[in-house]
Amino acid sequence: MSTILPLLTANDFASDQEVRWCPGCGDYSILKQMQKVMPTLGVPLENVVFVSGIGCSSRFPYYMNTYGIHSIHGRAPAVATGLKSTRPDLTVFVITGDGDALSIGGNHFLHVIRRNLDINIVLFNNRIYGLTKGQYSPTSSEGHVTKSTPRGSIDHPLNPISVALAAEATFVARSIDFNTKHLEQTLQRAAAHKGTSFVEVYQNCNVFNDGAWEYATDKSVKDDNVIELVHGQPLIYGKNHDKGIRLKGLVPETVKLDGDISAEDLVCHDETMEEPHYAFMLSRMRWPKMPEPIGVFRNVLRSTYNDDINNQVADAIAEQGTGDLDALFHSGDTWEVH
Amino acid sequence: MNQEPIAVFPLDETNNSKKPITHLTAVTVRLVGDSGDGMQLMGSQLTNTSALAGNDIATFPDFPAEIRAPRGTRAGVSGFQLQFSSEEIFTPGDGLDALIAMNPAALITNIADLNDGGILIVNSDSFEDKDLKLAKLKTNPLVDGTVDRFRLIEVPMTKLTRNAVQDLGISTKVADRCRNFFGMGLLFWLYGRDISPTTRFIEAKFRSKPDIAEANRRVLMAGWNYGETTEHFASTYQVRPAKLPPGQYRNIMGNQALAWGLMTAAMLSDKSLFLSTYPITPASDVLHELSHFKNFGIRTMQAEDEISAICSTIGAAFGGSMAVTTSSGPGISLKSEGANLAMMLELPLLIVDIQRAGPSTGMPTKTEQSDLNQVMFGRNGESPLPVCAASSPGDCFNVAIEAWRIATQFMTPVIILSDAYVANGAEPWLIPKTAELPRIEIRHPGPISAGEVFLPYERDSRLARPWAIPGTTGLMHRIGGLEKEDRTGNVSYDPLNHQHMVQTRAQKVANVANVIAPLEVDGPETGRLLVLSWGGTLGACRTAVQQCRAEGCAIAHVHLRWINPFPKNLGEIVQNYDHIVIPELNTGQLRMLIRAKYLVDAQGLNKVQGKPFTVTELKAKFKTYF
Repeated sequence: MSTILPLLTANDFASDQEVRWCPGCGDYSILKQMQKVMPTLGVPLENVVFVSGIGCSSRFPYYMNTYGIHSIHGRAPAVATGLKSTRPDLTVFVITGDGDALSIGGNHFLHVIRRNLDINIVLFNNRIYGLTKGQYSPTSSEGHVTKSTPRGSIDHPLNPISVALAAEATFVARSIDFNTKHLEQTLQRAAAHKGTSFVEVYQNCNVFNDGAWEYATDKSVKDDNVIELVHGQPLIYGKNHDKGIRLKGLVPETVKLDGDISAEDLVCHDETMEEPHYAFMLSRMRWPKMPEPIGVFRNVLRSTYNDDINNQVADAIAEQGTGDLDALFHSGDTWEVH
Repeated sequence: MNQEPIAVFPLDETNNSKKPITHLTAVTVRLVGDSGDGMQLMGSQLTNTSALAGNDIATFPDFPAEIRAPRGTRAGVSGFQLQFSSEEIFTPGDGLDALIAMNPAALITNIADLNDGGILIVNSDSFEDKDLKLAKLKTNPLVDGTVDRFRLIEVPMTKLTRNAVQDLGISTKVADRCRNFFGMGLLFWLYGRDISPTTRFIEAKFRSKPDIAEANRRVLMAGWNYGETTEHFASTYQVRPAKLPPGQYRNIMGNQALAWGLMTAAMLSDKSLFLSTYPITPASDVLHELSHFKNFGIRTMQAEDEISAICSTIGAAFGGSMAVTTSSGPGISLKSEGANLAMMLELPLLIVDIQRAGPSTGMPTKTEQSDLNQVMFGRNGESPLPVCAASSPGDCFNVAIEAWRIATQFMTPVIILSDAYVANGAEPWLIPKTAELPRIEIRHPGPISAGEVFLPYERDSRLARPWAIPGTTGLMHRIGGLEKEDRTGNVSYDPLNHQHMVQTRAQKVANVANVIAPLEVDGPETGRLLVLSWGGTLGACRTAVQQCRAEGCAIAHVHLRWINPFPKNLGEIVQNYDHIVIPELNTGQLRMLIRAKYLVDAQGLNKVQGKPFTVTELKAKFKTYF
């Protein structure tokens, strides 16, 4: 994406700390793609900060040779808000998980998105609490049997993309740990976005929830279960590119492309729609009833919190002049004691 | 009763009364009415004009949490107490010389504090049967003997106010809202106060509503003229200017002084100020104040909750800003986890707790000192933080600067305690010259080149670690809540390292005692009784001790600004007296710390009524030791 030749390599972004996720964890892939993407951004190491909360995914900053804060559970968006508001010159990533972002940190997640702080949020969704050894998470399916739900989860899951869109996220995307090329491209596009970018990554926890995303990663079925969103292109999927999404009224339906139905009858993907309802509709397409979209759901521009907070300061200085404490102290009614 | 409209005539320029003048040393006045009656405005105007007259002043606004509590009820009574004096004073006064009551509920809930023979001014239009019923009174206190001991002055303020504005064509409802200006005018007359600051205030406040401005001005003057022309008062009362240290003064409130102190600390340390906070009584005024000064480079954030407020503060501190979060007790408890992270990260930031009566939601507008235990111990694990407390409205300015100095010298969050009484109170403030204030030097480590090693947890002689900020080449490092290896800051589960780090963090906070001022004892260096106080009780304790001493008691007083760590000489001081009394607006939180640390038999004087100490009750306790 950058015309400047990258001076750094992926290795420059790897810290000297030993990576301690379980062997086979999907996190390794995300870390690798991130380290690959970083040099292409043209940002020096010292201008990048990774902020995380608590959970397996939140160990991420320790493995990046950048500045980093491993904060407390669910609070990374709040930490990032203070940092980016006061240091808009920095490139800030928030690394989070399904429990961190949507359960304990749900409030901060909503508010950082509605403020459109210019940061990049990557949510590792493994639909389980891994670090605490296997309790159900806010994205676990109903009926999911875990250590804390021996008779199955009775909680209706949250859909991370729907939640982000409800808060009017300006950039929303989904990718998959196993789909490394797509993940790399998605992270790159997220980083290029000005405003909050939100990327949900389907991530496999091979210890506590192995195969949670098998339908989207297994080579034999994934092409029929996943639809890749491409801006300006019709929604076509399937191993043989012979299936598509058509609108029936306000409801999307899957159709087979045969003689009667052509690509022109299908929904043409537009990630730049101003209102988020179309992207929301896409977010409601869930396997097994529908193929699940990956790629960029929404990509629009709106003013950022960090710009606004700093512009108000700049405007006040321009209008009132730089503040003078002595003048302030003597403003209003004062009196002299001799 | 006088049913005639009072003539509205322009006052002469000096607005001097023709009546004789009685000189007094000090006057304590309390204004009470419905929470929508404008008592706080009336109080702040009387405060301002008294300060401008050169009096020493101390105020105590006391209001319900409800913005417009049910009219006429006891629960809805809002009050403002002011003492103005020709001598130096430290409290808003105990017994009242004058009470202005706008309705029966206000009268009945406050009359006990009026001195015998004190002036009681009532709005007699508000003592109808329905008003008595709202106040749950079976008989009218104006006639049933309740007020026999006082100089009752019945003023039909509602009628007189309506009369004063009758030709302005404003509604009765709007006219009635001007009533507080009638009371104000009467008080200004009674105490020989200049009305011009208030007329200037009216002009500025109602610039866009000239008819309201005119109505208020007329009512103010009608009140003044009422005093001058009726036979209720034989003389006016004058309190001469106080002999305060020379210099330029202004009136300042606690939260305002705190905000200005934070701004000054930022300037002295060449930092831009970032305040992130969530609205809560009685702390919100700090946010309001700072949000108006963006041209000082101040960024303010109203966070989505208390947790976000402290966490964004941590982010800003990591980025190199002067970061502050403000709250009160319930919010501080939500911030505990964040405060603990900041302690672990060893980043400088300020956490301000403007205490109110707890527990839980408690009594949000009432004062208390009951968060000391919370800020000392309300975090998991071994988590020491420096804690300091403001002792008066003006002192909030000094505390803010000192706390930031300590935070940056020791790389630690610092907790500032204030309270509702200090935050909302006002006093004359000797305006400092910022050029004469000592600077706060901060050094961030500079860039290093490839091959050089940066150790984020290497410590200086104070045990502070370097404040390396993002954007600095070569200093990339990761910090977090996990235990860190000494010097490198890498995650460590090593048993001995953990013990070393816990002890090091504790020793670092203990080292703050090396740079804070030693305590000065007010009174004899040894003797029968030591009074030990902290925070907002300074004024009442100092006054009570001085009065006891004047009456022949060998009594000494020390007041703590720093509660963690204690000043170095406190251990010696507490051994020098036969008895120690610790007055606190809690059930003995400092007392527990003192007894634990110094093994002395300190006794408590503990009040948890949502109100500050009176000098009278302190003296009564102190005298029992003699």
